Amino acid sequence: MPDVTPLPAATPIRMGSNAGQPRTRADGLLKVTGRATYAADNHPAGMAQAVLVTAAIARGRVTAMNVEAARAHPGVVEVYTPANRPELALEPDAKPSFFSKLTETLQDDTVRYEGQPIALVVAETLEAATEAARLLAPQYAAETARVGFDLAPYAPESVGFGFPIEMSKGDIAAGLSEAASTTETVVETPPQYHNAMETHAIVAEWKDGKLYLDTPTQAPGMSAAGFAAWLGLDPADVVIRSPFLGGGFGSKAAVVGAFLLAIQAAKLLDRPVKLALARHQMFGHVFHRGATRQTIKLGMDAEGRLTAIDHHTTAVTAAFEEFIEGASGAARTTYAAPAIRASHDGVRNDVGVPGAMRAPGEASGSAALEIAADVAAEAAGLDPLEFRLRNYAETDPMSGLPYSSKALRECYAEGAREFGWAGRPLAPRQMTDDAGMLVGWGVGTATFPCPMFGAEARATLRADGTAVIETALIDMGQGSWTAMAQIAADSLGLDVEQVEIRGGVSDLPDSGVAGGSGYTATLGLAIDNAGGDTIRQLAEIASSDPDSPLHGTGNTRVVARGGRLYAQDDESRSESYADILARAGRETLSGEGKGARGENDANDHSFQSHGAVFAEVKVDPDLGQVRVTRLVGAFAAGRIINPRMVESQLSGGMIWGISFALHEGAEMDPRTGRILNRDFGEYHVSVNSDAPSVKVLTIPEEDAFVNPLGVKGVGEIGVTGTAGAIANAIWHATGKRVTSYPIRLEELLDL
Amino acid sequence: MKSFDYLRPETLADAIAAGGAPGAAYLAGGTNLVDLMKTGAAVPDRIVDITRLPGLDRWEWLDDGGLRIGALVRNSDLAHDVDVAQTFPAMAEALLSGASGQLRNAATVGGNLMQATRCPFFADPTSSCNRREAGSGCAAQGLSARAFAVLGASEACIATHPSDFCVALAALGAMVEVAGPDGTRAVALTDFHRLPGAAPQTTTVLKPGELVTAITLPAAAAGFRRHARYLKLRDRTSFAFALVSAAAMLRIEDGIIAEARLAFGGVAAKPWRALDAEAALKGARPDADAFATAAARALEGAAATAGNGFKIPLAARIGARALTLAAAGTPAEMPVLPGSVHLGEPAHA
Repeated sequence: MPDVTPLPAATPIRMGSNAGQPRTRADGLLKVTGRATYAADNHPAGMAQAVLVTAAIARGRVTAMNVEAARAHPGVVEVYTPANRPELALEPDAKPSFFSKLTETLQDDTVRYEGQPIALVVAETLEAATEAARLLAPQYAAETARVGFDLAPYAPESVGFGFPIEMSKGDIAAGLSEAASTTETVVETPPQYHNAMETHAIVAEWKDGKLYLDTPTQAPGMSAAGFAAWLGLDPADVVIRSPFLGGGFGSKAAVVGAFLLAIQAAKLLDRPVKLALARHQMFGHVFHRGATRQTIKLGMDAEGRLTAIDHHTTAVTAAFEEFIEGASGAARTTYAAPAIRASHDGVRNDVGVPGAMRAPGEASGSAALEIAADVAAEAAGLDPLEFRLRNYAETDPMSGLPYSSKALRECYAEGAREFGWAGRPLAPRQMTDDAGMLVGWGVGTATFPCPMFGAEARATLRADGTAVIETALIDMGQGSWTAMAQIAADSLGLDVEQVEIRGGVSDLPDSGVAGGSGYTATLGLAIDNAGGDTIRQLAEIASSDPDSPLHGTGNTRVVARGGRLYAQDDESRSESYADILARAGRETLSGEGKGARGENDANDHSFQSHGAVFAEVKVDPDLGQVRVTRLVGAFAAGRIINPRMVESQLSGGMIWGISFALHEGAEMDPRTGRILNRDFGEYHVSVNSDAPSVKVLTIPEEDAFVNPLGVKGVGEIGVTGTAGAIANAIWHATGKRVTSYPIRLEELLDL
Repeated sequence: MKSFDYLRPETLADAIAAGGAPGAAYLAGGTNLVDLMKTGAAVPDRIVDITRLPGLDRWEWLDDGGLRIGALVRNSDLAHDVDVAQTFPAMAEALLSGASGQLRNAATVGGNLMQATRCPFFADPTSSCNRREAGSGCAAQGLSARAFAVLGASEACIATHPSDFCVALAALGAMVEVAGPDGTRAVALTDFHRLPGAAPQTTTVLKPGELVTAITLPAAAAGFRRHARYLKLRDRTSFAFALVSAAAMLRIEDGIIAEARLAFGGVAAKPWRALDAEAALKGARPDADAFATAAARALEGAAATAGNGFKIPLAARIGARALTLAAAGTPAEMPVLPGSVHLGEPAHA
């Protein structure tokens, strides 16, 4: 048996001998044997345990806490409340960076959402801290909580991370009024809360004038700068160790108040302090995907070609802070039309601040737009796939820019072939299986942008011919330890076994942000450049050394391969790295590299990954129970560095899509604004048996413009397209168009 | 969490003596009690760990063909025993449809009977809940939600019992053996749990210090082995409580139903045995009309609160479906997806 399962679609594109290989995880053995150290696994000597106390009302004030009882509990070290809150260098409501959100550091007795920190208890043991937290027994003066969409909307400052609230082109009114037919679809998506397996945790230790933090972060450099700003420190004096994250998904980048409290407690108590959030504390303080109500009006000509896309989102945000789920962005990026409007407004609820959650904007937006597209296809009497092909965007639908690459047509074709889409009956409720279950097929278009943030890396060749890459690399499960080593090995002309990656600590070169699906492209490019810089220097040494076989070649006329430099035009001339370094008297040779989008690149091209997801569902005709029996996703995302990791990312994203369609959603008590399902027993995410068949195809796509690596990114696109494909398959099975996620079985009953 | 005394008695008598004290709680698998201690809904002063008590971790076949199951038998062990599963297939299917593999490995059958409701207000000590704290009120009343009871509820409490296993036990006519300060006694499973009435804080007939020592299935219940199913509707395929569920068992002789059993889960504060429906089926032909009529009769007294009205017709339908599938015959092998209306796929094709 081969230990490697080749991807079904296509031969992987190979950069060199390493990238393109489906290597297993470099950190796999550590993880499955429990030796990978996550933040909360750290126990420095003398460490105290902190427990966060969170509000049990959504809006109002804390009127009393029994601090005496908590302090008197054996083992309690200190209890922090607004009365003795640790001072910060910045005002609590300051926002030191663009990505900062208002957070709570016990600044006053106000409660603005359920789950807000209202006290911090520190004790010798977790048990003592937990009991003291209970003994605090907070009393509240509650006010009526603001819940739901039916409140006065307002015009937000921006959408997502800085997008305008409205973008449009063409004449929407004309596009709708002159259309042969129009459809209007209203879709609601629920609040979804971050629930990575690893809850947010921090171990803070002040030592030798520096602050050491073991805490999961998707952006070590940005986080260190953020903590430093709040605490009035030089960023160089904040060292974050974050080698492994038990999932991030957008929740582990910005500084949250709970962490600042733990850090300040460690300083005031002069001992290390650990704080790990309880599962129920994930529901409020650490961001979530805000609820949306989306209204999508589509106009079509007689052939089913869109004349107008008018996509409006009402997004729920916090009463005191803004983050608007940019769901209408899907209208800007998915289908072609002469008139497009993507607009948003906000509604303020007494909830924690929403934020980025895997495929922010696109996940919610595509879940709605794909239903709307099916409604339009039905109105036009077209097969849903044919409808999507007729409205294929040859250029960016909003800007008109050419795509750097777009193999979506191939995704549709290959996905449909693999799925067996041909012959799908047009009308719903036409197919049943042997057991009498209704069978339906649906399709959704997947797309996600390809942003690049900045990243830096250093490559060092060593005297023995091996190399080390240094960058504050983090791995939240996506396989970056593995894929980055493959890129590094190719850039250095070495085997992957000869390259050590030194990462996971913020005092190394800044690895940027593992987010926005841009990590492999951005950090990968930094590593590739660092390796290239090193090889360039090595070639200069060899070329200028009369004793080298490569003397006089110049640094542009050599190739690096297998630990040797070869003259490009005469491969009989070559020398090993070790020999070149030895003769030059060098123990090491270092190069540096940066990764970022080229300054003017975005003026010339639109950068998007694409895909097509096909879903088969079976639905019990009398009982409404749904089963997603098959998913096929075909994705084009540029160059694939590690097919095994990529397949895992994409299939994981698709399973997230099942969860979006059928399972996930916080249930709010409208009377109190409290969340009713604050645990894994009741806040459902898909389990293995919900995903019996998930097949991923990667479609070859060469991209000469997105970045020099040709890498686009796969971390989030799998979520997009999938939820809509499932909703559409349910309609095809049952004839019922459910427009509220998650789709519940009672909505499918004929009662 | 609150400090508590931890006792691990070696004998049943010591356990009962220790468990009778005010504020004491028996600990077996801990899959529910420990969760409630974490939320603060349960704050025992004393934990009496009964997992080392001798002799309760096994089952035995009785001379008359009945089965006596020790209270500390793990759910997984019981469900995966071939003889048990073939003799009482709906019980095994109910067990395997509950919780997750990891939880079933830890949870005990006695503890399954003692599960608390999953009503969110019960688990949250800052909410009013008559079941957790007598007289504090019922925060569930007036909330539009799907999970609450449609049978046997009261003004004081509309919570449901979460067990799958107990639904099958109710249909099988199981007896619960109880030991306590006053000796041992046997209680019918259908009498073991109490409907809330005005005193929802008292959820079972157990008296202070009493604990479940065994569950006994009568030999006659094996007569349903060829026509027995447990079906469960839920929001995901595994690790989810029932919205509604049904255990159905038939004894068919010469094409006529000689005896029927039907019980429901997810609809009441106890597993809901439908005696009227069973009586209506006796002597009937096992056909769709008979099943639909009988199942509908079982829900005649049902009443919805906000948001759960769909459960009444849905329970009738799943009752009828369970009867239909039972009539078609117990599957030769445990379904790939136990309790599901979907067939599922072989784990390894």
